[in-house]
Amino acid sequence: MKFDTPATTNPIDRGRVVGVPHDRIDGPAKVTGTAPYAYERHDVAPNAAYGWIVGSAIAKGRISAIDQRVAQAAPGVLGIITHQNAGQLSKGDMNTAHLLGGPEIEHYDQAVALVIADTLENARDAAKLVQIDYAPEKGRFDLAAERARAVVPEGGFGGPADTSVGDFDGAFANAPVQIDQHYTTPDQSHAMMEPHATTAAWNGDKLTLWTSNQMVSWAVGEVAKTLNIPRDNVRIISPYIGGGFGGKLFLRADALLAALGARVVGRPVKVAIARHQIPNNTTHRPATIQRIRIGAGKDGVIDAIAHEVWSGDLPGGGSETAAQQTRLLYRGANRLTTHRLATLDLPEGNAMRAPGEAVGLLALEVAMDELAETCGVDPVELRIRNDVQYDPEAGPQRPFSSRKFVECLRQGAERFGWDKRLPTPGKLREGRWLIGMGVASAFRNNLVMASGARVGVDAQGHVIVETDMTDIGTGSYTIIGQTAAEMMGVPLDAVTVRLGDSRYPVSAGSGGQFGANSSTAGVYAACVALRAKLAEKAGYAADQATFEDGLVRLGNQSQTLGALAGREGLWAEDRIEFGDLTERYAQATFGAHFCEVGVDIDTAEVRIRRMGGAFAAGRILNPKSARSQVIGAMTMGAGAALMEELAVDTRFGFFVNHDMAEYLVPVHADIPDQDVLFLDELDDKSSPMKAKGVGELGICGAGAAVANAIYNATGIRLRDYPLTIDKLLGAAKGSALA
Amino acid sequence: MTSDHLTRRGLLQGSAAVATALPVLGEAQAAPASRPQYNKGGRMTAVELTVNGREAHLQLDPRTTLLDALREHLHLTGTKKGCDHGQCGACTVLVEGRRINSCLTLAVMHEGESVTTIEGLGAPDKLHPMQRAFIAHDGYQCGYCTPGQICSAVAVLEEIEAGVPSHVTRDLDKVAFSDAEVRERMSGNICRCAAYPNIIAAIRDVAGEEKA
Amino acid sequence: MRPFTYSRAASVEEAARAAASTPGARFIAGGTNLLDLMKLQIETPTHLIDVNHLGLDRIEKNPEGGLRVGALVRNTDLAADQTVRRDYAVLSRALLSGASGQLRNKATTAGNLLQRTRCPYFYDTRMPCNKRQPGSGCGALKGVSRSLAIIGASDACIAQNPSDMAVAMRLLDASVDTVSADGSRRSIPIADFHLLPGDTPHVEHVLKPGELITSVTLPRPLGGAHVYRKVRDRASYAFALVSVAAVFGKDGGARFAFGGIAPKPWRVDAADAAAASGPRAVADAALAGARPTAQNAFKQDLVAKTLASLFRQKEARS
Repeated sequence: MKFDTPATTNPIDRGRVVGVPHDRIDGPAKVTGTAPYAYERHDVAPNAAYGWIVGSAIAKGRISAIDQRVAQAAPGVLGIITHQNAGQLSKGDMNTAHLLGGPEIEHYDQAVALVIADTLENARDAAKLVQIDYAPEKGRFDLAAERARAVVPEGGFGGPADTSVGDFDGAFANAPVQIDQHYTTPDQSHAMMEPHATTAAWNGDKLTLWTSNQMVSWAVGEVAKTLNIPRDNVRIISPYIGGGFGGKLFLRADALLAALGARVVGRPVKVAIARHQIPNNTTHRPATIQRIRIGAGKDGVIDAIAHEVWSGDLPGGGSETAAQQTRLLYRGANRLTTHRLATLDLPEGNAMRAPGEAVGLLALEVAMDELAETCGVDPVELRIRNDVQYDPEAGPQRPFSSRKFVECLRQGAERFGWDKRLPTPGKLREGRWLIGMGVASAFRNNLVMASGARVGVDAQGHVIVETDMTDIGTGSYTIIGQTAAEMMGVPLDAVTVRLGDSRYPVSAGSGGQFGANSSTAGVYAACVALRAKLAEKAGYAADQATFEDGLVRLGNQSQTLGALAGREGLWAEDRIEFGDLTERYAQATFGAHFCEVGVDIDTAEVRIRRMGGAFAAGRILNPKSARSQVIGAMTMGAGAALMEELAVDTRFGFFVNHDMAEYLVPVHADIPDQDVLFLDELDDKSSPMKAKGVGELGICGAGAAVANAIYNATGIRLRDYPLTIDKLLGAAKGSALA
Repeated sequence: MTSDHLTRRGLLQGSAAVATALPVLGEAQAAPASRPQYNKGGRMTAVELTVNGREAHLQLDPRTTLLDALREHLHLTGTKKGCDHGQCGACTVLVEGRRINSCLTLAVMHEGESVTTIEGLGAPDKLHPMQRAFIAHDGYQCGYCTPGQICSAVAVLEEIEAGVPSHVTRDLDKVAFSDAEVRERMSGNICRCAAYPNIIAAIRDVAGEEKA
Repeated sequence: MRPFTYSRAASVEEAARAAASTPGARFIAGGTNLLDLMKLQIETPTHLIDVNHLGLDRIEKNPEGGLRVGALVRNTDLAADQTVRRDYAVLSRALLSGASGQLRNKATTAGNLLQRTRCPYFYDTRMPCNKRQPGSGCGALKGVSRSLAIIGASDACIAQNPSDMAVAMRLLDASVDTVSADGSRRSIPIADFHLLPGDTPHVEHVLKPGELITSVTLPRPLGGAHVYRKVRDRASYAFALVSVAAVFGKDGGARFAFGGIAPKPWRVDAADAAAASGPRAVADAALAGARPTAQNAFKQDLVAKTLASLFRQKEARS
């Protein structure tokens, strides 16, 4: 099904199942521990041996020698994989560094060996016995130092590196109000709870990987390419994924090495990347340096806006697209964005939840707060004044498909009690706490991806959906089930959803917040095809037949789905493909974040007291799971604001705090009740579901709302994330802190 | 890396580390525990546990953590390994009724003890009230920290009931249920999907039911 | 984790004897720190002596009016003990601010006293660390040192002691009771128990090979108002940037001990003496001679600010 004209009324609009806050259908499996994750496949890969990864001890250089004799002779060791015996490996299209290093080393903790043994204990111990000598080389590890050598990034970029409209320099120079500030965001780690893990088994030349991967079809291609085997020989099974946030978009070392290991030892092998290896072995969200300049009138209306971004990555890597939202969020005739990429020899930078916007808005939305303060305009009102209903680079001929940004700001402010905020910082105190409120805009592009599915009905009228879509906690199982139930006119418990297997039709996968909208649209397309088949069997005109209560109806005639499907059942497969509506219309999701913090007047400890937001993201397919996505993302935004930072040792070139005791993410005690309002919105240009993505919107701007609340509480404006106690105390002079 | 004086929590220092261990503790052989008290490195040790009410007889490498004994030997994979170093709480189980991180204890240290895992709390067709509440309140997303959260939550309500104070208890002698108490006590269970408010709501619900 | 043998001791004397006579032996109690380090091969014992079943898990009043806390009393149980809550509240508070409920259920009194540093260079066996590998250098001194010690450290090592409990013990002038391999017993004032790194940062305390902690004795209650304030980067389940244990007496006197800033629980008599002069004077006295790095210099200010907060709250109460 090609989606190239805006959707009209369709069965989803009935809203009997879709849009209802159903409990997750995978809930009972998850709360009882019976949902099998990748390292837990005793059921299908019994007798798996255990692989343990050896990570490079240097960041850059070469392996000069490997002596594995002692390790090989250790108890229980079945085999050792290094670059010397791994055979000819290619590099996946989406990997920047090689997953198995050597002799060249590209980053710290790059996998250089896999030790396979009969038990976990033996494998872990023997891994320490592999003797590797290195010839280290000087590397580049300091973004600030390399900034001057940053270049225009090449290919693989989500849009042009540079954009320019009007005359920014001239307009900025003449603007009555000017904001010109630098902001920095650190490297961050996805820190999903389930480490990257894979169980691998070969049957002849056929490889099966039970793995934890957000993008099943990509993984098939990357495994095939890396191992130089045909795609058809690779099967990926990924039904449950213990969090990804972008960290499991790509083939990683666990999967490749498990496959290599299983081939060498002739039995299934399972590999998990140890927690302390994850930050340096896998990908992370790259640090940024950002400069924002805004030229506005005294009323705060923007005439000129520029957002320049510097980030770093390994050679061949990509840029953190942090200026993305600045192209579309606010008005202004004169606009400039640039991205520059420095070469760094740190581990591979890549996508983490809302790449681009998540850190871009940490800067832009503080700059907007600064503009509001400078102009003496309420920060909510300032954003409303700068709303624009079309792509401000392209002009009115490219309107937004839907944009309820102002409504989000207004309704969110009212719900939060924004009118109680004191405009002057540092004026509200309760005991030892200075209290402040902050607001920030939420913006995330609405991406869409082609997505396929197969839908069947059996003789009992039970509906089965199969697609290689993944559920990384996003609620895919449930919303796909809801979509099929709505389309086929059956209750949700009459639908079985099977996900995460490369034998099923290729889906959008989970990333870029495109998964929910795209994959359900694919299921919608398959259901349309199945409805047509059923109607034909019934002898009804497909466009006249209705599907409800397990029946196909035409006028006062009806037949049951089960009877029509017959003993063999009836299946249909289709995929949704997207036309040029994303080009004709700017498509994005919007919202407004509000936050209230307390800051200890002496110690500068920050406690979030309340968080709330209003969001417009098209049809909300399941308000319960969508709300969870949003509050989870808000919390990740709070983490970015207050604590998350991979600390770089610029001498040795690695992330020092590479475990969960030292890389801090929010815990229960950090997070108060969170309020989420979804605005009623249907976006007929996004998909037949009239939905948009929502999984990443919640992080976009959340951290800036925290930062702005800290400013309102204390009068301290920090522009270097995370906003930790040391930085607050360092800026305490002249503030409301004691 | 041998160092004579290195010492650590949980361990008072012996003498310099050397390559081999000598058989010792003749008297200890007769100690009350009836299991083999000594084994050569790498050799198996018999361990008996009662897991979810059933006796488990295991032959384990002494290095085997309780977590790996559950997951790899008993195939009770509901207990999760998130960090393996006590930094996340995904491996939380109840031992002799108390919640602990099963990754930071050896199975052999729990000879004869009783372990309750998520599988022991309930099954899909027979859910524990806490499991039901987590579903109703969407107290999870990816599901990986969930068994640990639930085991912890069950124990937290018992700890509050027993009057065990916490960091946020204002008067150490007056321990009572509150959202703040639960948030503090649940902080050893990290949820990166951050279903935190939903988890608190689920626990609040169960606490209310128990009171009623 | 290197292979090891495992045994359960039948008595404290036997445990000490075995530990002294068995090369590579370590006692294991809660295991929450030891096993963490063994998995990384920062600790590589070849024999573990399990001391969990020696009856060391009792809390008893002693004839002098103090409290004898068994070495194996779990952190949770010590914090919840009625006498500790009433008479040694600073200890309850310190314990409850540490780790998580699960870890406190397992971690023991003696184990907590021996808890090793959280320095990230100590934790990564590929990095130089004089504590882990004497002579290899200190990776932290010119590296990422934000969380590390500002006082009492040396050029060889700036690792911090991460314990909260030990700070309260230090404030209370606890003593550490041990038995040695020869059966002799001694009581070590906690002030003398931990050692500063100097040139030998791998030597962290005064215990002899095989010497087993059997209990920690708290002197008679001090009375007064007990507070423990821990400042960290998140609200719970994190190590201290700075912590302050304090007891404010009814007579206007006070005593202070500090965590997160030194290789051992930090206490300076002059700081107690400065109580009447206010928080900044106490901080100055406590931190005389501090040598922070550029990354952790903020801790000096934070100590003063944390004290200021305690004084402010004390005034608010009175």
